[in-house]
Amino acid sequence: MVEHRRLGNFLPHLVLLIGVAIVAFPVYMAVIASTHDNAVIANGEMPLTPGTLGFENYWHTLTAGTGRTTRAPVGGMMLNSFVMAVGIALGKIAISIISAYAIVFFSFPFRMTAFWIIFVTLMLPVEVRIYPTYKIASDLHLLDSYAGLTLPLIASATATLLFRQFFMTVPKELVEASKIDGAGPLRFFKDTLLPLSLTNIAALFVILFIYGWNQYLWPLLITTRDDMQTIVIGIKKIIDVHDALTEWNVAMATAVLAMLPPVLVVITMQRLFVKGLIETEK
Amino acid sequence: MAAVQLNDVRKTYAGGFEAVKGVSFTVPDGGLCVLVGPSGCGKSTLLRMVAGLETVSSGDIRIGERRVNDLEPMARDIAMVFQNYALYPHMSVFDNMAYGLRNRGTPKPEIEKRVKEAARILELDALLERKPRQLSGGQRQRVAMGRAIVRKPAAFLFDEPLSNLDAKLRVQMRIEIRKLQRELKTTSIYVTHDQLEAMTLADRLVVMNGGHMEQVGTALEVFQNPASVFVAGFIGSPPMNFLAGEVDTQGRLRLPDGAFLAFDPKRYEAQVGRKVLAGLRPENVALRNGAEDGAAPRFRLELVEELGMGRLVHGRVGERPFTVAQGASDPPPAGYSFSIGIEPALVHLFDAASGLSLTSVAPRR
Amino acid sequence: MSEAEAFAGKVDAVSRDSHFTDDGKLAQPRDLAVPAPAQSPVESRVIFSGKLLPYVLLVPQLAISLVFFYWPAAQALWQSFVVQDAFGLSTEFVWFENYAELFTRPDYYHAIGVTFLFSGVVAFLSLSLALLLATMADRQIKAARVYRTLLIWPYAVAPAVASVLFIFMFQPGLGLFARALQASGLDWNPILNGAQALILVIIAAVWKQISYNFLFFLAGLQAIPKSVIEAAAIDGAKPWRRFWTVVFPLLSPTTFFLIVVNITYAFFDTLGIIDTATGGGPNKATETLVYKVFQDGRLGADLGGSAAQSVILMAIVIALTAIQFRYVERRVHY
Repeated sequence: MVEHRRLGNFLPHLVLLIGVAIVAFPVYMAVIASTHDNAVIANGEMPLTPGTLGFENYWHTLTAGTGRTTRAPVGGMMLNSFVMAVGIALGKIAISIISAYAIVFFSFPFRMTAFWIIFVTLMLPVEVRIYPTYKIASDLHLLDSYAGLTLPLIASATATLLFRQFFMTVPKELVEASKIDGAGPLRFFKDTLLPLSLTNIAALFVILFIYGWNQYLWPLLITTRDDMQTIVIGIKKIIDVHDALTEWNVAMATAVLAMLPPVLVVITMQRLFVKGLIETEK
Repeated sequence: MAAVQLNDVRKTYAGGFEAVKGVSFTVPDGGLCVLVGPSGCGKSTLLRMVAGLETVSSGDIRIGERRVNDLEPMARDIAMVFQNYALYPHMSVFDNMAYGLRNRGTPKPEIEKRVKEAARILELDALLERKPRQLSGGQRQRVAMGRAIVRKPAAFLFDEPLSNLDAKLRVQMRIEIRKLQRELKTTSIYVTHDQLEAMTLADRLVVMNGGHMEQVGTALEVFQNPASVFVAGFIGSPPMNFLAGEVDTQGRLRLPDGAFLAFDPKRYEAQVGRKVLAGLRPENVALRNGAEDGAAPRFRLELVEELGMGRLVHGRVGERPFTVAQGASDPPPAGYSFSIGIEPALVHLFDAASGLSLTSVAPRR
Repeated sequence: MSEAEAFAGKVDAVSRDSHFTDDGKLAQPRDLAVPAPAQSPVESRVIFSGKLLPYVLLVPQLAISLVFFYWPAAQALWQSFVVQDAFGLSTEFVWFENYAELFTRPDYYHAIGVTFLFSGVVAFLSLSLALLLATMADRQIKAARVYRTLLIWPYAVAPAVASVLFIFMFQPGLGLFARALQASGLDWNPILNGAQALILVIIAAVWKQISYNFLFFLAGLQAIPKSVIEAAAIDGAKPWRRFWTVVFPLLSPTTFFLIVVNITYAFFDTLGIIDTATGGGPNKATETLVYKVFQDGRLGADLGGSAAQSVILMAIVIALTAIQFRYVERRVHY
């Protein structure tokens, strides 16, 4: 701050570097483990430096999995995760933006009722309605399907609220000018509102993609077939702490693969990510 | 109570930018010294160095007899009033003022006494329990001052405290600050970009420009004997007019269009042929009938601004813009063509190349 | 991470906080990063005419909400008030008997205890560590960006995956830390030792949450005007005292918000961690309330009881969200 810091910037940097190290260390260990032979790991002899089996391990993981606990190749799991994450992100954005549009730019009976119906879903995360939701999905024949993975999760109050808040700041002169220019509601939406919303949509996409990719409970319930698993679920099956024969190298490679896409998204789109996290307001 | 002394103080930032380039002056004990200059001239940086919020690259700063360069702000026994007041938003007015004393371990009854006294002086008694966000701009300003005076420090530092107030309030607060400072007799350094504030408040005025100190003196000295074109043009409103010319004989300038202007040879000694800028204050210039004095500079009227208490007559002399300030009792100008007249003793001369006054008055300490 | 947390950006964390406006003037608590709506009442807003279109636009969201949110919630509610026999042949309405019965069971109290302990420790640790890192990062204006990048990416890691990383390092026999602990004399075996299992999941949960808290704390700190800190320094406050008497109080909106978010996280999102690492064991040592609902429902034996548990959890979420909103609302009003 204001003092002549004789210690200088030393202390803060030290603490921060320790923090970074602590944060990075578990991942480092996983990466190391994914480059060694399982026997070495299982014997407790794994060194702190990378091994030479990286390429083989990852190839094996992606194409064959562990063969014992899950018979699915991890590559397939990543595909499932990807479809689910993108599906959820796009789905949420799509239905929320039109809902917000309806609520903000139209006047109709039950408008506020609709808003509250959407709003209250905030208070109903999947964990509190697990089994009844499962039963309904099952009755609708959504088990083991991409639709089942994504559909029940795409009603999002938070995205609607974000869009609503944003739409309310659109100057009314803009709408009036559009009307004078002969644009109907759909045209206004497509030509004016949507381009204005692009940054928000992008920021939301980042957040929602991560949210979708990292889902645990719901995919766990709704998929029974090995080939429909997402990678986050698959990991659980690969690690079986009670079974001393876990293939740790494959498990760690899977973990690294499971982390890679969302982490890459966060790092490359950091600004959008932070904007999405912070600017969303209820 | 202590004098503040700056000796060849310099500040260079990490990237190489030199914000303050060798400033020296003394603030007498109990006096109010104003640092004035345009944005970016380094005045705020200088103040912050005195406060201890910026490090000093070279030079000495003394408060009282102590060299304070290496001391933390709290050890320098100074108090500061910030431009945006910097009140603690989560504390009441009372706590805002008491905070500094609490940090020093002052006993409670003493704190109570001092805060109440400051509140009385500043008329804040009724507001002691309020939070800053419940106060008006002027009230917050007074709390900021209250925070400073309860500490009874060796020096007050003001960083453009009136800039955020509206014009009317500014005039009022300016007077209050002056009265308060006189009463408390605390050495003060005051930074502003407003030349009027500077003139009215200063015991001593320091004019700064681009990191340099252009002139030091009392307000009247700086006004009557500006050391450079910059100071001459900065201090005084409406600003001084400048005409380019050449010294013809002692006591006479020749202007480009052939007109002549008389100056006081006792005030300035200059060789014939020297190129100069002549400074004429609008209020010292009179407009005369064009035919009277054939050799005087001619003035072409462009616009008259009526002020009620006088008027501003804008126009040109030669190619240069020129303004004449007339009192209410002067007859309004008729026509468009005039000659200008001015007491020779009131003509300021500056070297055309360097901008320095020909008397080159050295900045007083 | 639940959506509520993913989006719960407290505006004053990034705006000039509740106390200041853009030009440094003090103001009423105000929400600046997302400005107050330009026109609030419907009447002054320009709207389109169209009788059918708005309904059409709302159908997808309302449909999904009703089918997958409200209907199951209603079912859970209904089921909590009835008792069914194992075959579902006879249903008997029993009012609050299921709830009362829950509170006589020691395993339910145990789950409550575990949940509180777990949430409290996770919230406290991840908030403290994040605050420490944020205050250090706040001083470095230039490097802050870099550190932010280096510290926020764990947010992107799924809880279950985070758990796996720590399982590996703490796996008896081969994990780095497990071996170190063993070598120092401690008999490390989270598979058998309940307390150790709890420690393991706490560590994993804290590790993941630090980055989220760090981000918000950093934003909150950067929103405090420098001049207030300088004024405190001039007023004789040393750094430690300055932090606790000026910085921390001004950070309180952010802190409060993060506490609520962290508790929600610990209550609900950590299910993935627990399921992967310990399966709720050993001997239910790591069985939190949400995990208990998951487990008990899986076995399917006591539908009424597990529905009652769900409803209780629902009430908790509602309370937490209400607190969060009530707090936000207060900030948005001038």
